[in-house]
Amino acid sequence: MNVFDILGPIMVGPSSSHTAGAARIAFVARQILGEDVRNAHILLHGSFAKTYKGHGTDKALIGGLLGMYPDDDRIRDSFKYAQQRSLDYTFEPTDLGDVHPNTVKLNLEGISGKKIEVTGCSIGGGNIKITNIDNIPVDFSGNNPTLILPHIDRPGVIAAVTKILADKDINIGTMKVFRADKADYSIMVIETDELIYDETIQKLGELDSIIKTMLIRPL
Amino acid sequence: MPYYTKIDQLVKAAIDNNMTIGELTLKEEAKNSGKSVEECYDRMEKQLIVMEQAINEGIKNTAKSPSGLTGGDAAKLNAYASRKTIGGKIMVNAIAASIAVSEVNANMGRIVAAPTAGSCGIMPGAIISIMNEYNIDRRKAVLALFTASAIGMVISTNATVAGAEGGCQAECGAASAMCAAALVEMFDGTPDQAAEAAALALKNLLGLACDPVAGLVEVPCVKRNGFCATHSIAAADMALAGVKSVIPPDEIVDAMYRIGKEMPSSIKETAMGGLATSPTGRAFAKKILG
Repeated sequence: MNVFDILGPIMVGPSSSHTAGAARIAFVARQILGEDVRNAHILLHGSFAKTYKGHGTDKALIGGLLGMYPDDDRIRDSFKYAQQRSLDYTFEPTDLGDVHPNTVKLNLEGISGKKIEVTGCSIGGGNIKITNIDNIPVDFSGNNPTLILPHIDRPGVIAAVTKILADKDINIGTMKVFRADKADYSIMVIETDELIYDETIQKLGELDSIIKTMLIRPL
Repeated sequence: MPYYTKIDQLVKAAIDNNMTIGELTLKEEAKNSGKSVEECYDRMEKQLIVMEQAINEGIKNTAKSPSGLTGGDAAKLNAYASRKTIGGKIMVNAIAASIAVSEVNANMGRIVAAPTAGSCGIMPGAIISIMNEYNIDRRKAVLALFTASAIGMVISTNATVAGAEGGCQAECGAASAMCAAALVEMFDGTPDQAAEAAALALKNLLGLACDPVAGLVEVPCVKRNGFCATHSIAAADMALAGVKSVIPPDEIVDAMYRIGKEMPSSIKETAMGGLATSPTGRAFAKKILG
């Protein structure tokens, strides 16, 4: 714990979990998509579903999708900015089952037609967890530079990835590999201490077994 | 873990180092984060600036919040402060400034969680209006925010600052304790007096329910921030006068945690009890949330 965990963060109100955290989940989801969002269908669960209008959770989510930080006071007018930037969106209160009470599932379509489904929850004090990407359970905070690498599950992939990072002097903070029953691939989630640049991403993308590369740059 | 986990350790360390709690906390923060003292100071000053901006925005704004529950009271108080008032200029200004920040929060404006969004008006309201009224050096106000953080870290370590866990005594209670200690150091009180001020402020808010109408950070939160600013000023004045809490500060923090655990969940931020389930509270909830 440090001083700024107690006094801070700087955020737009009214609620660190319902507003700041929601903006952050959407901000990270937009980064996972990797391009501007054209269409968003947003499923709200639990307390998000019940109180999203009063807490401005909806405006915060749209702000995040537009790339606004949780302390950006344009969030309160995010619907207007969405219209200017041709972002269409719908909200649907729903029951996502046995998940955290502040959970949201974002079905996103980017300007190039790329689609992705990201689920995250707001766990308090503006902190978040991304819990699912395209039906594969994951678990990361977005507080550090994070690489998300869907890959074909075969020997040597992890070694190839870590070698590229090592060659660039990038230290791995945490690394997890997630495998789902339903999908025919796995996801590597690597949080690093150093920033990751496009050149490294390109190298990773050239590996045969890497299906695609996604990068989250922390707020 | 914070550098000091108990208020008595914090006070002793400040006295041993011949520093205020604020100065000590700034030094420890720099040491622990690996950043320079200047960087840590600047980051805190940035938060003070956001607090000032929120006050300036809030006292001008007469619009209602999106829910329609709050808004415009800070502007009323600000206008009233220039007339003859019962509590005097300092008190009315502190209330106006605190409510201003809380109204900005309710209206999706930019604030500093202090320690939470629900209690974000107390510290800016009291600290900034006192700084301006007495022409206190700005550096002292920034250091006082470190003082407040040190008290807050102890409370968060040994109890909680989350309404969902401890009720409003954990949010506005903690914020008032943090604020009272900060005010004492702005007025050149001793580390002991700062700790007593925190103790007195927290003790008097033990058992406070968190029962917000429609689950929104508005009723009773916004006005309570104004009340708690004056509460912090009262606690600081008592401590500077030499008044001591019979129960030591750390024992009050422990008591707050135990009380929080014993409180029913209906009055711990669930909007299932208290004001939230009053007939008017229910009617507003139905209207706002559908």
